[in-house]
Amino acid sequence: MNFSNRYIVLFAATLCLALSLVVSTIAVSLKETQDANKLLDKRTMVLRVAGLIEREDQPTPEEIATYFENIETVVVDTNTGNLMVFDPETMKIDPRKDAKAKGLNKKTEGNWAKKAAIKTIAEKQLIYLIRTPGKECVAFPIYGNGLWSTLYGFLCLKPELDEVVGIIYYEQKETAGLGGEVENPRWLAHWPGKKGLTAEGELLVEVVKNGKVVDETTQVDGISGSTITSVAVTFMLEFWFSDQAYGKALGNIRQAISGGTNE
Amino acid sequence: MSNSKKILIDPLHINNPITLQVLGICSALAVTTKLEIAFVMAGALTFVMTSSNVIISLLRNKIPPSIRIITQLAVIASLVIIADQVLAAFVYQASKQLSVFVGLIITNCIVMGRAEAFAMANPPGPSAIDGLGNSLGYSLILIVVAFFRELFGSGNIMGFEIMPTVNNGGWYNPNGIMVLSPGAFFIIGFIIWIQRWISPSMQEETN
Repeated sequence: MNFSNRYIVLFAATLCLALSLVVSTIAVSLKETQDANKLLDKRTMVLRVAGLIEREDQPTPEEIATYFENIETVVVDTNTGNLMVFDPETMKIDPRKDAKAKGLNKKTEGNWAKKAAIKTIAEKQLIYLIRTPGKECVAFPIYGNGLWSTLYGFLCLKPELDEVVGIIYYEQKETAGLGGEVENPRWLAHWPGKKGLTAEGELLVEVVKNGKVVDETTQVDGISGSTITSVAVTFMLEFWFSDQAYGKALGNIRQAISGGTNE
Repeated sequence: MSNSKKILIDPLHINNPITLQVLGICSALAVTTKLEIAFVMAGALTFVMTSSNVIISLLRNKIPPSIRIITQLAVIASLVIIADQVLAAFVYQASKQLSVFVGLIITNCIVMGRAEAFAMANPPGPSAIDGLGNSLGYSLILIVVAFFRELFGSGNIMGFEIMPTVNNGGWYNPNGIMVLSPGAFFIIGFIIWIQRWISPSMQEETN
């Protein structure tokens, strides 16, 4: 078969147009469902880390909405330490995306940032104030590099920020069975009750090499066979509670969670 | 009919894309640490390969030979994006774990191999069966490999505890190599061995 050049160009153009139409129609029409999924997934993680639901529970969207009536999403300005109530209608804040967006992000510095391999972070971070009676706590998003991948999770602290309520990782690509055990509820169960931050904002809890725990109140036993992933958890916590991230806002956060309302 | 049956059945065993043609190895290593993920991957690939075979076959007399490869690529890439989007919308948890690997279906040599070798030369009906057959052949291996890797690597099947691991207070010490890529190589090697032992016709002639 002989095809003229004209035919080939026309064929290619028509094909591209047709395929792009199909792909973009599907992508646009599914976007809403996907975004809803992402939000529900994140909210489920907040509920789990705060101990409002069991780790294995998969709540329905309605249940999540009910729990979130008592949970306030708050914007933390990492430069000033000021807090603001997050309004999804008027504010477009996605710390993970903003970390790479010029104008919304800032360069990090210092040892912990280097160790956690975090080069830039969003200036505005979102935290969750859980006001469920009897279970008040604050959930802080955390992330940082492990051995192969970036680990994303939450650390949840009591209102005084001096005690760990829990920690959770919801996204990581560490070696399954080794570093991947950071998701294992049995390992995560070591965390509740450990000392969190001092009044001055110094982080007390740390992960130590497997089997080397000396001080039960602050040290968490590392995962056997994955020292790098284990210490990475310490690095990212040190970074996120330093003055570059949540550090400046800690006083305001304590006030906001115990004081009830905040501006 | 017997011909269609042959097109469907052959890729499962005698002409298996992974164990005989040794195609699609990359994803067979990457997504087989857990059975559930392997199922989702198998489903996504079945959708992509069957549809791409049908579409390419429908267009086969219209596609100028000089741009046929890029045409196939464009069709397959579009289908992959669709699969990825649908997974993210309806099975979010699994899609999160599959992450980049759904996108990498595009680089799966089996898909383009079938489009170029079969769909370009056959009508849509047989092409659909060929796409389905090869997807099933691929899925079969993926699922067998994932079954053993999950069982010996983490002591679970579909996330359910079969052999309680030491980490969880049980007795089973997980086999570390099973969760790493070489574990998949060993299992695929065993499957290839067993297949050629059952069907000696699959054995290559020795020099």
